[in-house]
Amino acid sequence: MNNLFVYLEIEEGIVADVSLELLTKGRSLAGRLGCKLEAIAAAGVAGLERIEEQVFPYGVDVLHIFKDDRLSPYATLPHTSILAGLFRKEQPQICLMGATIIGRDLGPRVSSLLGSGLTADCTSLEIGDHEDRKEGKTYKNLLYQIRPAFGGNIVAWIINPDCRPQMATVREGVMKKEFFDPYYKGETVEHNVADYVKAEDFVVSIIGRHIEKSKVNIKNSPIIVSGGYGVGSKENFQLLYQLAGVLGAEVGASRAAVDAGFAEHERQVGQTGVTVRPKVYIACGISGQIQHIAGMQDSSIIISINNDPNAPINSIADYVITGEIEKVIPKMIKYYKKNTK
Amino acid sequence: MTYNIIVLAKQVPDTRNVGKDAMKADGTVNRAALPAIFNPEDLNAMEQALDIKDRFPGSTITVLTMGPGRAAEILREGLFRGADDGILLTDRAFAGADTLATSYALSMAIRKIGKFDVIVSGRQAIDGDTAQVGPQVAEKLGVPQITYAENIEKIENGKITVKRRLENGVEVVECPLPVVITVNGSARACRPRNAKLLLKYKHAKTVTERQSENIDYIDIYNSRPYLNLTEWSVADVEADPVQCGLSGSPTKVKKIENVVFQAKESRQLADDDVDIEELMKELIDSHTIG
Repeated sequence: MNNLFVYLEIEEGIVADVSLELLTKGRSLAGRLGCKLEAIAAAGVAGLERIEEQVFPYGVDVLHIFKDDRLSPYATLPHTSILAGLFRKEQPQICLMGATIIGRDLGPRVSSLLGSGLTADCTSLEIGDHEDRKEGKTYKNLLYQIRPAFGGNIVAWIINPDCRPQMATVREGVMKKEFFDPYYKGETVEHNVADYVKAEDFVVSIIGRHIEKSKVNIKNSPIIVSGGYGVGSKENFQLLYQLAGVLGAEVGASRAAVDAGFAEHERQVGQTGVTVRPKVYIACGISGQIQHIAGMQDSSIIISINNDPNAPINSIADYVITGEIEKVIPKMIKYYKKNTK
Repeated sequence: MTYNIIVLAKQVPDTRNVGKDAMKADGTVNRAALPAIFNPEDLNAMEQALDIKDRFPGSTITVLTMGPGRAAEILREGLFRGADDGILLTDRAFAGADTLATSYALSMAIRKIGKFDVIVSGRQAIDGDTAQVGPQVAEKLGVPQITYAENIEKIENGKITVKRRLENGVEVVECPLPVVITVNGSARACRPRNAKLLLKYKHAKTVTERQSENIDYIDIYNSRPYLNLTEWSVADVEADPVQCGLSGSPTKVKKIENVVFQAKESRQLADDDVDIEELMKELIDSHTIG
């Protein structure tokens, strides 16, 4: 009872990275709270064949299995019924899920059904106490759900003092994925799906589905050339692609650049995009809103190219080049080629 | 066939163009420095609603928003584009609502509206980015939800077919009506305001607006009911005040921080050949690149 639960996203038998990252974080939070780490896997028969070996090394104490071919691919209503039913029985204190399309579809529905609070897109999760002076009450060991808010201009610390579970979603790449113990073995509990879902949960039918492996992989790229609103246009973004091509890098973008249509959404770096930790991050015309910096501050070397010497991002950059990207990038290409020959 | 459509829209501060004066010295947000706009993805939702109305003439669109008195602006924006009606849910008791308390209030207003076939809303609002209110409204009404929608493909025999945009692809789902649909920014942009409708609804006001702006012309407002924007309070929608606003919000803000990032000792470079060649050499020599 009162343990920490992680909802696992499973696509074609593979547990998503974001779920494994949350197990890693969940393991450390559970250790701090002295409670168990439990995971929920709801999928078709084929999707669950290799589930145990994938999740136990992350320190899962109890794995809840819901096996039914109607549960894959994911659909809102049956997965909601499973979580709500399981949570009513198990009374978890915390539930974590990915801030993915699935997690952001499922989380709010479950939170509404249970009347529990949910915080989206957390960038940090901690355990701590809270003193409510007005009520004269002290809450022990709450989950601090920390996230940028207001378009990333401030950071809010959110708590759910009274309702359980305390629910939070976290984007892929924000937490680190790490084995707890490669030989760890928890307990598996298989539930009877029919006890949880109703016939009405299957009214929405998926009549077509086309999934392809993403062509853009900025998360794992060692070098990222990233552009902001200051790049000015989609055409100017070509300069970034040229530099990236020469350096063997991926092109990233700030939210403002994506909103302006300069780059595709898959390239967005930041709290509402992808969190990256490359060897080199070259920020071109990016001013550096908090929500962007939250997604790239752990880069080893940050180079900022900006015509504004006071751009906020400059304060966290190792190298600051003050100038126009139209002038600077061609020179970078030229001198890279010259010195690698 | 005609459909009753409700568009859930929100007036938001334009967080995309935050200037240096957007934050006050104490770290709180200076809302006055930010222009208030129609939440961008709610406009994508509005277009989907208008498209249904185009395909099924006689369908009606009601724009529902919750906010302070000035949020009535959103209702007019909706009417200028082809909505038939606008409702402002406004009450001090709604203040401080998190997503759960917001969805409760909206769901009570929707129950008061009564009949609906399709509720559309933006995927998320740019001031909170939570994407939670749509699914929570759906749950409270006990109807299915379709999130991340990109296009309503068809409505036929009481069923709606919707294309969703997923991380790495698309999914087409079919769902019986009624339904809540949240629309992605990748969907078609909303059509502009219509000049005729702009003239027709320019003076559409809530009672509170008429009072605060000292607008008289009682006869005109009485003879043209479409100029009267509906305003509902907690009591009007028979909501439980405890479940509204701050008291109905399970999540609380413990604190707000202005983030100060660990500043680094930066090396300042000029945009000339000497500095840039030196930088590239350094990165190559240290095997950072190359």
